[in-house]
Amino acid sequence: MKSMLIGLLDWTDARFPLSKLWNEHLAKYYAPKNFNFWYFFGSLALLMLVLQIATGIWLTMFYKPSAAEAFASVEYIMREVPMGWLIRYMHSTGASFFFLVVYLHMFRGLMYGSYKNPRELLWVFGMIIYLLMMMEGFFGYLLPWGQMSYWGAQVIISLFGALPFGLGEPLTLWIRGDYVVADATLNRFFALHVAAVPLALLALVAAHVMALHEVGSNNPDGIEIKKNKDANGIPQDGIPFHPYYTVKDIWGVAVCLILFAAVLFFAPTFFGYFIEQPNFVPANPLKTPEHIAPVWYFTPYYAILRAIPDKLTGVIAMFASVLVFFILPWLDRNPIKSIRYRGPLFKFLLGTFVVTFIVLGYLGTQAPTAGGSELGFRLGELYFSFFLIMWLYSKQRTHSFNYTVLGIVAVLFLFFDAIRYDPEKTSLMIVSSILVIGYYVVFVLGSMYTKLNEPKVVPERVT
Amino acid sequence: MSTDADAGRRRFLTASVAVVGGVATVGVAVPFVAAWQPSERARAFGAPVEVDISKIEPGQMLTAQWRGKPIWIVSRTPEILKELPSVDDRLRDPQSTQDQQPSYAKNEYRSIKPEILVLIGICTHLGCSPSYVKQGAEPLGAGWQGGFFCPCHGSKFDYAGRVYEGVPAPTNLVVPPHEYLSDTQILIGADEGSA
Amino acid sequence: MKMNRTIAAIAFVLVPLVSQGAGGGVPPLHAKTDFTNQKSLQNGARVFVNYCMGCHSMAFMRYSRMADDIGLEHDLVKENLMFNTDKIGDSMTIAMRADDASGWFGVAPPDLSVIARARGVDWLYTYLLTFYADSNPARPFGVNNLMFPDVGMPHVLWPLQGVQSYVKAERPAGVIAQHIEKIDPYDKGVRLHTAITVKDGDATHTTHVTDSLEVTIPGSMQPGEFRKSVRDLVNFLDYAGEPAKLVRFEMGYWVIIFLAVFALLARALYKDYWRDVH
Repeated sequence: MKSMLIGLLDWTDARFPLSKLWNEHLAKYYAPKNFNFWYFFGSLALLMLVLQIATGIWLTMFYKPSAAEAFASVEYIMREVPMGWLIRYMHSTGASFFFLVVYLHMFRGLMYGSYKNPRELLWVFGMIIYLLMMMEGFFGYLLPWGQMSYWGAQVIISLFGALPFGLGEPLTLWIRGDYVVADATLNRFFALHVAAVPLALLALVAAHVMALHEVGSNNPDGIEIKKNKDANGIPQDGIPFHPYYTVKDIWGVAVCLILFAAVLFFAPTFFGYFIEQPNFVPANPLKTPEHIAPVWYFTPYYAILRAIPDKLTGVIAMFASVLVFFILPWLDRNPIKSIRYRGPLFKFLLGTFVVTFIVLGYLGTQAPTAGGSELGFRLGELYFSFFLIMWLYSKQRTHSFNYTVLGIVAVLFLFFDAIRYDPEKTSLMIVSSILVIGYYVVFVLGSMYTKLNEPKVVPERVT
Repeated sequence: MSTDADAGRRRFLTASVAVVGGVATVGVAVPFVAAWQPSERARAFGAPVEVDISKIEPGQMLTAQWRGKPIWIVSRTPEILKELPSVDDRLRDPQSTQDQQPSYAKNEYRSIKPEILVLIGICTHLGCSPSYVKQGAEPLGAGWQGGFFCPCHGSKFDYAGRVYEGVPAPTNLVVPPHEYLSDTQILIGADEGSA
Repeated sequence: MKMNRTIAAIAFVLVPLVSQGAGGGVPPLHAKTDFTNQKSLQNGARVFVNYCMGCHSMAFMRYSRMADDIGLEHDLVKENLMFNTDKIGDSMTIAMRADDASGWFGVAPPDLSVIARARGVDWLYTYLLTFYADSNPARPFGVNNLMFPDVGMPHVLWPLQGVQSYVKAERPAGVIAQHIEKIDPYDKGVRLHTAITVKDGDATHTTHVTDSLEVTIPGSMQPGEFRKSVRDLVNFLDYAGEPAKLVRFEMGYWVIIFLAVFALLARALYKDYWRDVH
């Protein structure tokens, strides 16, 4: 029996690189041995992708992509298809879990400098995957044809109307295929959601893993394990991905699935954040819900959009806030990769970015208020400032350099405040400016006048 | 330092993870497989159908529908019933030995009441719906004892839905489960109590 | 198809209800429904069919499904909860056409299949408890509602609840604004704890009064009894919004227990392999 299998394997290997792929990418792919908790999220993202594709294909067997039938077909799935409700909830929970996992995966990249040379392209592929995921979520959310589906799509598509030179209106008309979001829009979003974007996602995920395996994985210490190879050319701090990380990832999958099951079976709408309440009302083109909010994973960017009083600038700022991640490898050129060796000020910088992101996200879920908008604007300024400081910290800068940067930023932010000035908000604007002033005092002046941004010695071998 | 005990432990753990993982995989597959079963809507539309035969004329055929299939209800005259045995030697399965009917229709008339025949109007060859052709009528002409003729490939069935020899159809026409709610009401698709 | 008309009815009606009927921010009472209580669901189904189904369909629910889920025999349902011509497997639709209804009521009464998911049980419970008499000629049915101001629905449950009046407590002169901060039920109806802003020369100050919705024309039920009936009705609407709710909790316990066992085994395997790594 065993020799038969070996024979079969040899026959296959002569015609298809099966063993070669197995070795290159699993049994003899040497990954650093010091992967920690933050290194689970890549394989978990892959798990989520597979889950979304499987449940998505199944839903397509019962869902009807027409304005007349979509809402009813979803209720048909929930009530009449045997265990259809379970497949539907797997898909809706999976979408949110996919984003949660990917955000944690990206955060790992920020902490350990996984976007730096030679992994810039890996990061860019990842960012394209993120963009594709956002598109996939946006197209998918229209499909249930509820009030939030409809009006969320209407709002986001009309953002494209902000394009100047008379391009905006024809563009939105072209996207919608009709004068308002209608059956034509639903059908094409369905095709994009079910076929086009998943194909693109699969291709990009393959490219992402190939790019990773070409240079090898980073690790929490940010050192290149390929620099220390033994007599056989194997990295001394490396271990074969299979069986060590396959077995560890199975444990990670099990824990993730427990959390997934807890949400799915006990709180599938997650208190209105995964499936929003107004979406249980069929789409009505004549009546807008009181409060339109995108799904939680878009809300930080939505908050930035809303905080800016000008439509075109708001749209540009929103797109910029996503796209700025792309250029991170060329902003932060500091040769020390990992947060572990970059000094406490850098840790604090990352921490504030996380807090900024989360608070912006929260603001995006709430109805706009004067205080909320002002806070949103300042946090937007802090959001982009993070990337500026990352660039600034790329190397040791002279005092005059730092002060020049401070000066330019001050002029720019005062300019923003001047053009959006509203006499009724004077005290609010002054108070909120403390956030920005404090931020720059801590991160720029702090790096100039304290030792808090001094790096630690990076070890030769992993710890 | 690996010992036999260690190797044994590893084998045990690997096997148990594989087994439990296999159960998990089957478990995940369950909703996907279940979803292909007929939905509530299909089952509601597939529910039994009541047919009123109070106005049927002798020799007439009524067509009803159950689960998307044509259901024939034929009122057979005493003459027709008398002639049924005469074609036995030209039939493939004159005694209805094949399982094409419920037990209460496994008799010489293939029905509960001799004068009322209930059949599913789908040819047992490849699924076309045959035509009702009375004795001597076109296109089969003189010599035809009456019954059903399938235009697709020429299969012929008698007045009890039994298939003739020498035609492509292999078995007799199917008698659906049914029961009489009263003398004039037949419920097609259910037969509580009978097999 | 019937379904499309139903959707049209839902679409053109439920949304204005959702968007307008925010109730001016009155915090709702707690419905405290329990979808495991079959007796309550059965009573709720009875109330729904007898009082609501004249105007409101529940097109995504089948009689047979409902019967099985809440423990009623099919024959009982056919006798008592269905119209003659319906079959047990039919959906709970109604005869009223959406365009007729729009003409009669101003808006077509929405389908209520998923109303509990759109509004929440607390809102629905409070809505059904806070109808009160309103003599304003603009109100076509002589009633108004605390949760849904100027609603187009008549007070269908008045034979049970009776008619409530909005009884205003004594307040000082010069009230420039008021809003209800909290409501709670009592033996005559619902108390409305209202904050009022009073003009005091050039300044203003805020004080509190307790208005109430008091049953002035009694119905066949005492307020406590009526609240229980409404709770049953809302419980039924909650179940009807998501029938899967009856099974997913128990399924969840088993799935998570199984996954926990798998996780422990997987962790043991992982730790075993990693003893080799230093």
